[in-house]
Amino acid sequence: MGVNRRDFLKLAGLSAAAGAGFELLRPGQAVAQKYLSSQPDLAKKRWAMVIDMKKFWAKPDRLEAAVHACHQAHNVPHVVDKNKKPDHKHEIKWIWTDTFPHVFPSQVHDQLVKFKKMPFIAMCNHCDNPPCVRVCPTRATFRREDGVVMMDFHRCIGCRFCMAGCPYGSRSFNWQDPRKFLNLKKLPPTNFPTREKGVVEKCNGCAERLAEGKPPYCAEASKGAMTFGNMNDPGSGVRRLLAKRYSLRRKPGLGTMPHVFYLV
Amino acid sequence: MYDAKVVIPALLVFLAVAAFPFWFAGGNPAKMKDPEKPKAKLVQKVRADKKVACIEATAWMRANHMQLLNDWRNLVVRSSKRIYVASDGASYLMSLSNNCLRCHTSKKDFCDRCHNYAGVAPFCWNCHVEPKGAK
Repeated sequence: MGVNRRDFLKLAGLSAAAGAGFELLRPGQAVAQKYLSSQPDLAKKRWAMVIDMKKFWAKPDRLEAAVHACHQAHNVPHVVDKNKKPDHKHEIKWIWTDTFPHVFPSQVHDQLVKFKKMPFIAMCNHCDNPPCVRVCPTRATFRREDGVVMMDFHRCIGCRFCMAGCPYGSRSFNWQDPRKFLNLKKLPPTNFPTREKGVVEKCNGCAERLAEGKPPYCAEASKGAMTFGNMNDPGSGVRRLLAKRYSLRRKPGLGTMPHVFYLV
Repeated sequence: MYDAKVVIPALLVFLAVAAFPFWFAGGNPAKMKDPEKPKAKLVQKVRADKKVACIEATAWMRANHMQLLNDWRNLVVRSSKRIYVASDGASYLMSLSNNCLRCHTSKKDFCDRCHNYAGVAPFCWNCHVEPKGAK
């Protein structure tokens, strides 16, 4: 009489386990890998931006310069329609200008005649309590230890929950291939990646510049109208300006705790 | 056995169909061509000491670059870790466009050659800027 069914199954199970065990325990080819941070003191910082609108109004070309510097460096496309006119429905923006009633809708009233017509610069507020991070289902948007609300474009699935969540309109969706609107022969020398169709994008707080210890492009191009600095350092430029002057934040009642301040 | 008249011919037909690739090739299957050797130089040495061609050994890179690049993108973007310490102790900037591609200057000759052969289509270049190519 040969093997019975019970013994056969036992033997088969044992052999399978032995095979799998061998495969698991086999010595692999590991390479000792170590990664270092370029900003080891990241968690001690809290970045913020202070915008002096009066300086911008005195030199209005700096508004354009700040927007251009950012969009140029980050390959943010200028989306146009078939007639080569700006296509506002599909526009992509990281930093832009808008009127007072749009930037500060809760602070507007009939007697603000002068302010109503003035351009205000708007961008991601890098909130302490960012709604976009809360709603992101893939954690593509996250808040760094230093307060920068950043996107991992690799992980964005284009669901646009963050666009619904953000009360500041700081996010744009790529309805079309952004490369259609970029001159691929004249990309910035920094080799910053473009995005692709179906991905949301926003200001990244110039994370790649902060890693090199440089201020964001917009602050640099504004020539003093935008001050970028560490809120946790009482001697920093942002803290000194905020201590001296009266400042506004966008939609403070929502409790998002923006970290972009407007001096008025 | 029940219905042997039906089952056995059906089994034979199944075996014949399943073994199609073997009998069709007549026992000597056509060998897939190795990827063509590129005409251009694949790697430009940029390191001053010219000791190593890459951050890790070529064989290891060939087998593990996909895992390495995947780790890099997560670490750089999400953990702000931008410096890779290789097994020989040297450190490197973790950047596809700004470091890897300084030496591996041609996407067509360096990346596509193997990726086409292996039938994989990674989507790095949908966003990352392709190097202009060695000239």
